[in-house]
Amino acid sequence: MNTKPGIFGKKLGFTQIFGEKGQISRCTVIETGPVVVIEKKSQDKHGYTALVLGLDAAKEKHVNKAQLGYFKKAGVAPMRTVKEFRCTEEFAAKFEVGGTIKLDQVFEVGQTVDVRGTTRGHGFTGVMVRWNFRGFKRSHGVHEYQRHGGSIGTNMTPGRTLPNLKMPGHYGDETVSILNLKVGMIDVEKNLLLIEGGVPGSKNGLVTIRHAVKTKIRKAR
Amino acid sequence: MNTIPTIAALEKAQLRSDIPAFRVGDTVKVHYKIPEGDKDRIQVFQGIVLKQHRAGARSTFTVRKVSFNIGVERVFPLHTPRIDKIEVVSRGVVRRSRLFYLRDLTGKAARVRDQKDV
Repeated sequence: MNTKPGIFGKKLGFTQIFGEKGQISRCTVIETGPVVVIEKKSQDKHGYTALVLGLDAAKEKHVNKAQLGYFKKAGVAPMRTVKEFRCTEEFAAKFEVGGTIKLDQVFEVGQTVDVRGTTRGHGFTGVMVRWNFRGFKRSHGVHEYQRHGGSIGTNMTPGRTLPNLKMPGHYGDETVSILNLKVGMIDVEKNLLLIEGGVPGSKNGLVTIRHAVKTKIRKAR
Repeated sequence: MNTIPTIAALEKAQLRSDIPAFRVGDTVKVHYKIPEGDKDRIQVFQGIVLKQHRAGARSTFTVRKVSFNIGVERVFPLHTPRIDKIEVVSRGVVRRSRLFYLRDLTGKAARVRDQKDV
C-alpha cells in the first residue's frame, strides 16, 4: 500500500514560471485546498494508519444525514470531496483533526511527485483517434474504408479474434498516474502547487499528488 | 493574460516593471545574461523588433539583425530575469505589427524609417 505523503486538489490550468537563473519551466497549477483533516485512522483502532481529508465546502443540504454526522463529529464543515490517504504514523502525527494541511508540510520545491487524475473523456472513438492507427489511402480506389483499422485476425486458425486487439471504443475518462514530476513552486497562502509538466484531467478535475514512489534522482540544474 | 484569476495573479507577480516601452519597428539593444560557470557574461544583441507576442508573463519579442550578411533572429522572453536591460536605440515608423517582409529584403531596402526623419 502506498503510504507516501500526499494531498489532493483541483487542477486549475497551465502557466510558466521563471527559475532563479531565468530558466522557464512549464507548470500545471493545482489548487489544493484548504484541505481539512476529517479523521485520523490509527493502527490500534482501524488496523492501519491513514488520514481522511476533505476538499471543497459543500452546503449542508447537499450531504446526507450519515455524512453530516461524520463531519459534525470531526467538528468541520461539510465537504464535497472526501478521500482517505494511507500514510505513516509520523506523517499523521503532524496534523490535528479539524485542522488544515499546509502545502509546505507535505512537499518541498524541487522534489519529485506522482500525480494521479482522470483523463478527459473522448466518448466512443475510432481506431485513428484511440490507437493512432494511420487509416487508409484517400485515393487509388479505396472507398468506405479510410478510417478503418484493417485486419482483425486470421480465418480458421484460431477462428476467433484474439483478446486485447486494438479496436474502436470508449477513449479517455480513465485513471492515470504520471510518475516523477517535479514540484516547481509552492504558494502556501493561496494553497497553490505548481508541478512541472502536464497532469491528466480537465480543468477543475480532481488530482491526487503523492511523493514519488520510484524516486529518480534529478540533477540540480 | 490567463482567464483564470488565480493563475493570472500568479503570472502578474512575475512581470518586470523595469522594461522600457518599445514597439515593433524599433531598434533595440538587448543586454542578455549568459551564465558561464558561477558568473554571468552580458551579451548585447542589437536589431529591429520584428514581432511582439503579448501574453502577460509569457510575452516574447523577436529581434532581427543582419550579421555578416546572414540574417539572425532571436526570440527573447520579455519578463525573463536573464535580460539585464533593454535600450531603445531608435524608434521606427512601421505600418504593420509583424515585420516579416524584412526577411525578404536586403541592404538598403531592409531598413525601417526612423521617427526622427518623419
